Amino acid sequence: MSTQMQQLYQQVILDHSRSRIGNAALLREGAAGPHGSSHQINPTCGDEIELETEISDDGAIAVRWSGDGCSISMASASVLSELASENSVEGMLDIEAKFHELMHSRGTIAGDEEILGDAAAFSGVSKFPARIKCALLSWVAFKDALNQAQTSLKE
Amino acid sequence: MFSRLRNDFPILDTRVGESSLSYLDSGATSQKPQCVIDTFTEYYSQRNAAVHRGAHSLAVMATDAFEAGREAVADLVGGAPEQVVWTKNATEALNVVALGIDRASHGFGGEAAQRFGLGPADSIVVTEMEHHANLVPWQQLAQSTGAQLRWLPVTDAGELDLSDLESIVDETTKVFAFTHVSNVLGTINPVDTLVARARQVGALVVLDACQSVPHMPVNFVDLDVDFAAFSAHKALGPTGLGTLWGKTDLLNSLPPVLTGGSMITTVTMEDSAFMDAPQRFEAGTQPVAEVAAFTTAVNYLAEVGLKKIFDHERELAGVLLDGIAKIPGITVLGAADDRIGTVAFDVDGVHAHDVGQYLDSQGVAVRVGHHCAQPLHRRFGVTATTRASTYLYNNTEDCEQFLAALAEVRPFFGVQ
Repeated sequence: MSTQMQQLYQQVILDHSRSRIGNAALLREGAAGPHGSSHQINPTCGDEIELETEISDDGAIAVRWSGDGCSISMASASVLSELASENSVEGMLDIEAKFHELMHSRGTIAGDEEILGDAAAFSGVSKFPARIKCALLSWVAFKDALNQAQTSLKE
Repeated sequence: MFSRLRNDFPILDTRVGESSLSYLDSGATSQKPQCVIDTFTEYYSQRNAAVHRGAHSLAVMATDAFEAGREAVADLVGGAPEQVVWTKNATEALNVVALGIDRASHGFGGEAAQRFGLGPADSIVVTEMEHHANLVPWQQLAQSTGAQLRWLPVTDAGELDLSDLESIVDETTKVFAFTHVSNVLGTINPVDTLVARARQVGALVVLDACQSVPHMPVNFVDLDVDFAAFSAHKALGPTGLGTLWGKTDLLNSLPPVLTGGSMITTVTMEDSAFMDAPQRFEAGTQPVAEVAAFTTAVNYLAEVGLKKIFDHERELAGVLLDGIAKIPGITVLGAADDRIGTVAFDVDGVHAHDVGQYLDSQGVAVRVGHHCAQPLHRRFGVTATTRASTYLYNNTEDCEQFLAALAEVRPFFGVQ
């Protein structure tokens, strides 16, 4: 097995793709606090995700999602959900920016595990241009949904 | 013969990491023999000029090369050279027909074009196994004219369900567009039966021949279709070139959608008159080098023989299907006997994208995704599949390399 394949499919990614954090029934209109939702599709392969965020009174973010796609896209959504439960809104925006940078690095930078947690395991994905979109699908949905939640918070 | 001609395709010697290349993605695009590649150099270094204009010797040679392509294609698929129209790709060829009918429906093309006119009382029929290229243009036409869009469903075996053919294709049907061979299932459709029904109700027949012309003997005159489309790049030719084939009287009355230079007879400041086919549909500078290269490709295919190619690929299809059946957790879409060497399948517990990535690490090139046929995938309850598709240059070793890698996919991803 090539090392590139091992870098792409790190054990932590395979684990997240099988037991998916945040993969739960969507609340739709039933969310209580400030919330947002986003539906994203990767038209080249048909992968899709619908993701909701909700900001509670203490500033904690809850993420729920439902989706269908490859191990990279599903593991990425799972890792994102785990990070959201451990970080503030500002923290997640910082992580999102760093993850985005990591995915477009073509393997030139190593992810900072201190900040990115399990998302650092996706550094190998950036060497496979066709798979970067897979890793970013849930993050695009998250950024969109979080933005909506923040807007509704201000209103 | 087939083991020898493999040497004509230099790209097949490519190494993928530590593996040799097993190229099983010819359904997406075919590889090119050296003679086709050489034609580009030869054309640009010896014959390049503008076609159908200019009186100098080079222009004559370039025009000859351009027109020789039509003759080669007509020899391959039947009809006369002027029935062969060059387009950018097969998608454009299908759009030229759909948009031409749209224009006719909105009054363009005068009396001659009225035979194409569509309205709310009419219907357009397609099938559930169409490539998006032979579905979306008809959806657009239906939306533009108010005509109803209908489709023939697909059975679990991956064949067209003809049980309601007579009520789906009825007296209101003006256009019946369907694929000759499914780009996902590999199923060869019963063109005779479908054309016979179209003739009973007076519908125009539009055939998507992208997956048939490169892989089997096809004669559009014998099939009695009205229009047909296929691409050069899937038939050993270059990208950037498609073919629209049509019956002469239909081509000459269909309003052109791309208008401008090289397709007119007389132009005044107010109006223009158009040439007959094929020039009628070939506005602007044409892909002459591509036509020259495609001519070489068509001659190459004719020399090998489409029947021999078909038989060779059927043998490979058997190797693929038998081998896949022995691997646990793999479900092939469709089970048609009448088929080409195209096999799409689902791997239980592993997404197609991951399957394709693993196969690539073993030197095997396949297509993953919905293969531009989302409704067909939805019909089979999946969003994406993996597709292996053969061509004349493939051999049993390619298939075995693929099968060995496929057997390792579920273990690699920890699915048992």
